[in-house]
Amino acid sequence: MIKMIETVTSLALPADEVLRVQKNRILPMGKDCGKRICIVTGIHGDELEGQYVCYKVLERIERERDKLTGTVDIYPAMNPLGIDSVTRGIPGFDLDMNRIFPGNSDGTMAEYVASEIIKDLSGADLCIDIHASNIYLTEIPQVRINELHKDRLVPIAEKLNVDLIWVHGNATVLKSTLAYSLNSCGTDTLVVEMGVGMRITKEYCEQLTDGIFRVMKEMGMWQGSTGPVRRPMISEGDGDVLFLNAGNSGVFVQTASHGQFLEEGEEIGRIIDPLRGVIRERVLAPERGVLFTIREYPVVDEGSLVARILRREAPYEKVCDL
Amino acid sequence: MKKSVIYKIDSLYRDDFRITGYTFGEGEKALCIVGSIRGNEIQQIYTCSRMIQTLKKLEVDGMIAKGKQILVIPACNPYSINIEKRFWPTDNTDINRMFPGYALGETTQRIAAGIFDVVKEYKNGIQLASFYMPGEFMPHVRMMTTGFENTELAKKFGLPYIVLRNTRPYDTTTLNYNWQIWETNAFSLYTTGTYNIDREGAEKGRQAMLNFMINEGILLGDETENVVSSTISDEELISVRAAKAGLFERYVKTGRFVQKGELMARVLDPYDGEVRHVVHAPESGVVFFAYNQPMTYANTAVFKLIPEDKTV
Repeated sequence: MIKMIETVTSLALPADEVLRVQKNRILPMGKDCGKRICIVTGIHGDELEGQYVCYKVLERIERERDKLTGTVDIYPAMNPLGIDSVTRGIPGFDLDMNRIFPGNSDGTMAEYVASEIIKDLSGADLCIDIHASNIYLTEIPQVRINELHKDRLVPIAEKLNVDLIWVHGNATVLKSTLAYSLNSCGTDTLVVEMGVGMRITKEYCEQLTDGIFRVMKEMGMWQGSTGPVRRPMISEGDGDVLFLNAGNSGVFVQTASHGQFLEEGEEIGRIIDPLRGVIRERVLAPERGVLFTIREYPVVDEGSLVARILRREAPYEKVCDL
Repeated sequence: MKKSVIYKIDSLYRDDFRITGYTFGEGEKALCIVGSIRGNEIQQIYTCSRMIQTLKKLEVDGMIAKGKQILVIPACNPYSINIEKRFWPTDNTDINRMFPGYALGETTQRIAAGIFDVVKEYKNGIQLASFYMPGEFMPHVRMMTTGFENTELAKKFGLPYIVLRNTRPYDTTTLNYNWQIWETNAFSLYTTGTYNIDREGAEKGRQAMLNFMINEGILLGDETENVVSSTISDEELISVRAAKAGLFERYVKTGRFVQKGELMARVLDPYDGEVRHVVHAPESGVVFFAYNQPMTYANTAVFKLIPEDKTV
């Protein structure tokens, strides 16, 4: 096995510093390089769950180095300035990096970096772009897929050991994301959302790591053993998902558990007023379903998203697919 | 003049969030002027405030045409203005990426819906816009090519330049785009800067809006002389980039005609002052936009030029 730290792109910054986007390329020793998988994270500087996944994937490959039969590229920090400065976007530009793909090789610094990243990832057999929601919401491990690409991507996502696959209508998908750009040019890309911003949820990271090895095995890139993977819930249309927004400003305190099955009318949380000592609003499940998104950051304005429920008649059984 | 609250939400600890409008005249909803949508658009709110001063006086003098109503909304995001933040205080979302809005959606979607419900009723709409890059523009009218744009009407501002820009995917959620789709004649009016007060630029903006109102019969008065406006597409503007990063030493201002090869700026090593890059005018033309920060990254478009054959 050969490991190489490579620079995907670099640019001189004004004062005595070079911006570098780096990857770790792992090749199987003495064999055909096989298929290629790219693990990508850190487009949003405040989403850190993917950091631990990158580490765990590398650790396992190192432990079972003779089992690798394909090329693994790990990109832990697409937005290194953002990660280092606790900034979601690209510092200095006030720009969301996941709104500038496919970039432009003649454009601004940010657009140039985006275009070099696309160039480097294009042609991979699979790319997994790991996100961690944001600092406001916690998500169960899930893959989000544009309906345009569902026939290709859902069968792969089913092996990724996530709890939910959410297929979005094309109209609601942003066309300037890394995943949209790569999928549009034929490089299969799965977007994973899990956990919450600024934190690492080890349990979720380990769950996804197991899924990545299972997918690599399905692709013929990994000869080591893999565990069973969960059979995810699949939402096939935007109508399956209920969005619950705060009707009042206040402090949201969760009362239901994340991932819980809710009966109609069951309480999810309360919006309280600490100045007056009153409950401003009880947030209730409008229908039966699984609570897959929950507000993490307590302060809410009127309209802030506090929960998302996947409509279901029965609880989610984490049935393993052996 | 009638002052009213157009949209309001309450807050846990801050005063209520209020969007305030000033209405002049009565009758047909002839023109709506929207000032700052982002919290750092201070030049835009300033220009609006000058316009309100003028309209107050004109209303008292009976100069607003009978049956015409004008609405001015100086600021759509006072919460962000008061804490010197560009976007929404809690989640950093941009109200001008939320139109036409959704009354049951997230906070900024609700705010956008609250604004749009009111402003979509107007026949003409002017947004005092700012550019995403820090810098100064020559005052001009900008429009998106949606199929509804009316460049002949844009000439009634009497400004020398009208810029047409092709719609990009992210534009479809802006106020200007949605105004056009809802059949309001929508114009983005760029004055000079953003987070500063430029009296001269604001005055040009105010005058341009008055020209439009007189030429459209919203205000009484003699039609202004026809200024020959040059209509130019965004792609025709010549982008001049700094090839290297460093201190940005600028030699020319907006509005200046530069000859091909003329020195426009230098990029210096911030430590030892060595010249890393010299920015020369690639063609002759008028400086339409000039970056105004002390430091630049590599490949930043630091100037935009109007080619000589398009200058007025």
